[in-house]
Amino acid sequence: MSSPVEALVNREYKYGFVTDIEQETAPIGLSEETVRFISARKREPEWLLEWRLKAYRRWLEMTHEPHWANIHHEPIDYQAISYFAAPRTQKPLGSLDDVDPKLLETYAKLGIPLSEQKLLAGVAVDAIFDSVSVGTTFKATLAKSGVFFCSFGEAVQEHPDLVQRYLGSVVPASDNYFAALNAAVFSDGSFVYIPKGVRCPMELSTYFRINAANTGQFERTLIIADEGSYVSYLEGCTAPKRDENQLHAAVVELVALDNATIKYSTVQNWYAGDENGVGGIYNFVTKRGKAMRGAKISWTQVETGSAITWKYPSVILQGDDSVGEFYSVAVVNGWQQADTGTKMIHLGRNTKSTVVSKGISAGRGQNSYRGQVKILPKASGARNYTQCDSMLIGNRCGAHTFPYIDVQNSSSKVEHEASTSKIGEDQIFFCKQRGMNTENAISVIVNGFCKEVFRELPMEFAVEAQKLLGVSLEGSVG
Amino acid sequence: MMALLEIVDLHANAGDAEILRGVSLTVDAGEVHAIMGPNGSGKSTLAQVLAGHPAYRVTRGTVTFAGHDLLDMEPEERAHAGLFLAFQYPVEIPGVTNAYFLRTAYNAIRKARGLDELDPMDFLDLLEDRLRVVEWGPEIMERAVNAGFSGGEKKRNEILQMAVLEPTLAVLDETDSGLDIDALRIVAKGVNALRRPDRATVLVTHYQRLLNYIVPDRVHVLSGGRIVKSGGKELAHELEERGYEWLTGTGDAESVTAPAASYAATASPVPAAP
Repeated sequence: MSSPVEALVNREYKYGFVTDIEQETAPIGLSEETVRFISARKREPEWLLEWRLKAYRRWLEMTHEPHWANIHHEPIDYQAISYFAAPRTQKPLGSLDDVDPKLLETYAKLGIPLSEQKLLAGVAVDAIFDSVSVGTTFKATLAKSGVFFCSFGEAVQEHPDLVQRYLGSVVPASDNYFAALNAAVFSDGSFVYIPKGVRCPMELSTYFRINAANTGQFERTLIIADEGSYVSYLEGCTAPKRDENQLHAAVVELVALDNATIKYSTVQNWYAGDENGVGGIYNFVTKRGKAMRGAKISWTQVETGSAITWKYPSVILQGDDSVGEFYSVAVVNGWQQADTGTKMIHLGRNTKSTVVSKGISAGRGQNSYRGQVKILPKASGARNYTQCDSMLIGNRCGAHTFPYIDVQNSSSKVEHEASTSKIGEDQIFFCKQRGMNTENAISVIVNGFCKEVFRELPMEFAVEAQKLLGVSLEGSVG
Repeated sequence: MMALLEIVDLHANAGDAEILRGVSLTVDAGEVHAIMGPNGSGKSTLAQVLAGHPAYRVTRGTVTFAGHDLLDMEPEERAHAGLFLAFQYPVEIPGVTNAYFLRTAYNAIRKARGLDELDPMDFLDLLEDRLRVVEWGPEIMERAVNAGFSGGEKKRNEILQMAVLEPTLAVLDETDSGLDIDALRIVAKGVNALRRPDRATVLVTHYQRLLNYIVPDRVHVLSGGRIVKSGGKELAHELEERGYEWLTGTGDAESVTAPAASYAATASPVPAAP
């Protein structure tokens, strides 16, 4: 009998289809002209164009990508991509009835029906297709509670004050190479504003889809939770199977004002490349939130896709008594590489952060946890608890942990726990002896391993995440 | 009538080493067999080979279980056919509750047999009933499978799993080792409660002690990968008096009664056999 732990990656990626739709794309390459093209195409005000151009010039000065991550790839040719792609038939943003049926069909195929009747009750969706939003559901319902949920492009037109006030306030354009690139060329994304004291009446969600070839997706999301408000937000992402690597460099900024709560969940399932490591999305994402007095920001991510994942959803605990959380499951299989983790920056007194990271490596995947906990001198009574567990499936994958702990206040308390385990043949055999087949056994073991993270996801998505995990690891054990 | 389990001339290797060198054994429904033997005699290997552990390679011989060619079946197919192995070293599965694990296993077996899966509420009723066998309260079901369990609790958990899955043939691999007297009594009670005319049990053990609680129909002594002597329950007592040296002739005066030092204090006095 052959060993059950024999990595032969043979997974089905059921989102790998292409929608045949006429596209308007920006000419290939990146220059000041490209930035002006995008800004003009989106009818942006002068200040925003200036902001983009400043970012672009800053990006030019940066000359190279961050090199500290534990990832390896061929150099990215930034002049070989188109920075804007939109379905040509797109009408001025209006009713969902105006959306091209081909696009509605695409989202239906992805399991995201955009017709409000068919949607999961209680979840509003903004659908981003390449560089533009093709529709946002339940806008009218949400508006009754004073909640703004729309595409970033619309927000620029309809809520310019809020955008101007908060854009770049958490992730400045100069923050890092990819954030600067995003600031220069970002196209669409979602915008959320929850007014003071309002508990958002439904889950908000954005579904990102890359379709066009030779393009990158550079969306920007801004969520503002005003004092004492609450919002739960989820994003999902998929892309077609293509032989070339496609770049996704997004920025997400969260602003939680006094006593507000933002819960941000991600189920990332970009195309990961084929069994030889050809193709797949390069996912370089900057996500950060700022928590004011008594506010709470909670990131939950399930990262199963992308050829390369580089992201560190972070929290700046600026206000006293603010809370930051990061719950992560990152799966690599095949030739995938993930370098992901978080930064918890404690500025305020009695601030609290929790980090729970579960890394699963299979096939020839390389999985790195990189986390920073920084307690600044004024953060008296600050606390951090970090738990970082890695699981290996097979013997050709890798798990790496890079914790950075910087404590400058003696009254604070920081805990770090880490473990690495190999999914044992004995564990699998035990489950099989009790009647389960191999896939079933792995699913039971892995879901148990990820339980602390899954229970943080909204109910509907926890089920989806568990299924996704099953698909991602399919064939990882022969 | 066809035997429930028929092993003929079984040879098996671990790596290059031949561990089983021609084991033959017949177990009929309704019987309890004890397989005894010194350390390294191949007792645990026999149990693992029956369950289909991938670390062992069968090189010769046949095993027929309830009419199936057992050696041709995947481990889970053996379970579906009614074979259960109580592990000597039960593994831990962090984050998976006992209740979820047992229900998944129970339903996997039902599904394989073409039966409807039991919904969580009905399964809970079944569980409650079986928990009594091992004298446990319902709180154990919310704990992760064997995670943080003591050695005795792990063994008790094996018996609980057996009680839920109701196998036709249960193979208990040194379930008695490392148990204090109370745990031993509970394990024995569990095994005895499952005795039925249509089921059988194979107890693999080093010590005679367990056989005071579970009286076997047949006792076999394994040595050097072969069964060197078989007899009735009195064979266990004879072994107790004379030691394995009597049959193995190796000069290792390995005791059949003296329990390991770790539980010596609680293991005596051993009650007399009924």
